[in-house]
Amino acid sequence: MELLKAFKTADVPGTEAPMAYEDYFVNMGPQHPSTHGVLRLVLKLAGETVLGVTPVLGYVHRGVEKMGEAMTVVQFTHLTDRLDYLSAHMNNWGWALAVEEALGIEVPERAQHIRVIMAELTRMASHQLWWGVLGMDLGAFTPFLYGFRDRERINDIFEKTCGARLTMNYIRPGGVVQDVDEDFAKDVRAFLEYFAPCITEYEELLGGNLVFQERTKGIGVLSADLARSLGVTGPTARASGVDYDVRRARPYGIYPQLAFRVPVMSAGDCWARYQVRIDEMRESLGIVRQALESMPEGPVRAKLPAIVKIPKGHWLSRVEAARGEIAFYLQGDGGEKPWRVKVRSPNFSNLAALPYISKGHRVADIVAILSTLDVVIPCIDR
Amino acid sequence: MDNWIWHTERIPAAITAFLTALLGNPQLVDLVKMILAAALLAGFVSLTALSLVWVERKVAAHVQQRLGPMRVGPHGILQTLADGLKLLSKENITPLEADRFIFHLAPLLCFAATFVALAFIPWAPDLQVVNFNVGLVFVLGIGSVGVLGILAAGWSSNNKWSMLGAMRAGAQIISYELSATIALISILVFAGSLDFREIVASQAQGWWIWRAPLVGIVAFLIYGIASIAECNRTPFDLVEGESELTAGFHTEYASIRFAMFFLAEFVNIFLVCSISATVFLGGWMPFHIGGAAGFNRLADLIPPWAWFYGKAMALVLVFMWVRWTFPRLRVDQMMRFEWKFLMPLAFVTLAVASCLVTAGWYFFPG
Repeated sequence: MELLKAFKTADVPGTEAPMAYEDYFVNMGPQHPSTHGVLRLVLKLAGETVLGVTPVLGYVHRGVEKMGEAMTVVQFTHLTDRLDYLSAHMNNWGWALAVEEALGIEVPERAQHIRVIMAELTRMASHQLWWGVLGMDLGAFTPFLYGFRDRERINDIFEKTCGARLTMNYIRPGGVVQDVDEDFAKDVRAFLEYFAPCITEYEELLGGNLVFQERTKGIGVLSADLARSLGVTGPTARASGVDYDVRRARPYGIYPQLAFRVPVMSAGDCWARYQVRIDEMRESLGIVRQALESMPEGPVRAKLPAIVKIPKGHWLSRVEAARGEIAFYLQGDGGEKPWRVKVRSPNFSNLAALPYISKGHRVADIVAILSTLDVVIPCIDR
Repeated sequence: MDNWIWHTERIPAAITAFLTALLGNPQLVDLVKMILAAALLAGFVSLTALSLVWVERKVAAHVQQRLGPMRVGPHGILQTLADGLKLLSKENITPLEADRFIFHLAPLLCFAATFVALAFIPWAPDLQVVNFNVGLVFVLGIGSVGVLGILAAGWSSNNKWSMLGAMRAGAQIISYELSATIALISILVFAGSLDFREIVASQAQGWWIWRAPLVGIVAFLIYGIASIAECNRTPFDLVEGESELTAGFHTEYASIRFAMFFLAEFVNIFLVCSISATVFLGGWMPFHIGGAAGFNRLADLIPPWAWFYGKAMALVLVFMWVRWTFPRLRVDQMMRFEWKFLMPLAFVTLAVASCLVTAGWYFFPG
């Protein structure tokens, strides 16, 4: 609320004229169709012009990090996919990396390939959902269903592989929980074949629409400097010209062996964020194809001791989730349970940009900006 | 072509004859005819609204590659009835601190406006509830009462989102009404009458959409766009803006009152499409090609009311197609589009139309 008090009507360009109306506060959320979960935004408005936004967090706080300190590291894997449920595989992977580093475990080659395929499929599924929701937030309902239509196919692959469609919990410390389904390669190839033209369809249906372009170009401009200083990562940062991707900057898994491009734009507006994510879907297709072709036979899980004890020391793992860098900090004291667990969530840092980039826009733009920041609230509140 | 399907003007005549024989007093006959007409119109309006709700879902289902209603009745045709029952059985909530009288009046205003306006539309040569020599002006006037209903609803709800929706509605509907009206006037200068019947009759040589060179099609498009805005449909559904304003002006309405807003929207769509079909597409006038007698006779095989209904419904389908394809404009973009593009274009069209009529430069001048 302090932040809002600092905003004056006169600060906002275009509203310097004497006001015949009063500034007022409106709660957008915690129940609102466009806050993508239980997020509350307090808006200070002058007519429809936004003078300030304050996100109010904590409506789905579950104490996940504290719970991680009360269970074993393998048990905690189950909670990681419930953080950002649209990046479940990457979250599992991030935690597994920290544990593997702590225990010095070598992950079998086949598992490494499966991990990459799963992570990139998750990224595509997440972007499909984001694309659909962006359309719906801007008043176009059809993209929402198209996005879901295509995402179903990825979910089917996940379901065949590990029985779950959202909170997969498939990547575990040491590898993956079990080998993939026998139809896996066939299904994934069929999906790659199916989805490539869908991206073009996405671009035509939404990106090609003049109204959509009008609604996104020049809206919510996030500068590269601000993005860096707020710790914004992922497609949101890359749309602002911050050329940072954990897969390349701090490689993990078999990413160094794969050829892929990291899409970067410079405008930093909603349109750039849209473009980056569309390009990322294309890149993910290529990554999955490469990983599938080079996937060897062999075991999928390294042998772990019957009782995993975390040695004294601390480790930090980072992975590139669908929304940016998610980092897991693990500190051990030699016991079975971690002494300290901390999650660095990409959503939290990305949402931090909202108050800075929405000043002076309209109420409808807040929806577009929030949608292109692509936040998942349970990952923010943890 | 000798039966009543083609010659609907026989129906009112037969009813009048029957009532005169039964009642005798001509004033009483008129009264009964009025009540009968109102009841028929009310029935038709309800049926149209209900069926359009179903059609909308089906169109959406086809555009979005899903099923649409499929369970209640064959292809879900009883779905809207079931929905209606459900809505009726819901609790009818009035928010605390709401302006009760206006809150209750608002849905009635919306519904009544569109209902009354439909009475002036000619369905067939003599099938029209009210024949009025300035029918078009009256319809445009009565149509504006709808915005009053929306403003009243938003203002009386005691909810900031509703208020925002109502303010948007006021700005939007009033602005776009100007373009819509000017577009209609461009054709009126060709038709030379404000009477719907005469407007249709003036299109015996061809529909105005192409008989008025270029002006016809431009005015048709302007009216189409402006009327989508007047109906608060995507891409101009800012009044509801469910992803921004939660549901805008009708956030606080439940049960039957919500249903009335909902039905009024659909009747309104049918109304603007009827006006569009009447003024630009010849109303009940069949599609004729000058000189092609054989083809014209074939076209005449379809009864006039079917021509009218077909044209109106085809336009309704366009409305629905647009709705399921377009994102929503922002409030300032919407206003800019109207005042800086649509309305100047409408004025230019009107000026050109006037010149064309004065010079007699249009196709098949009678």
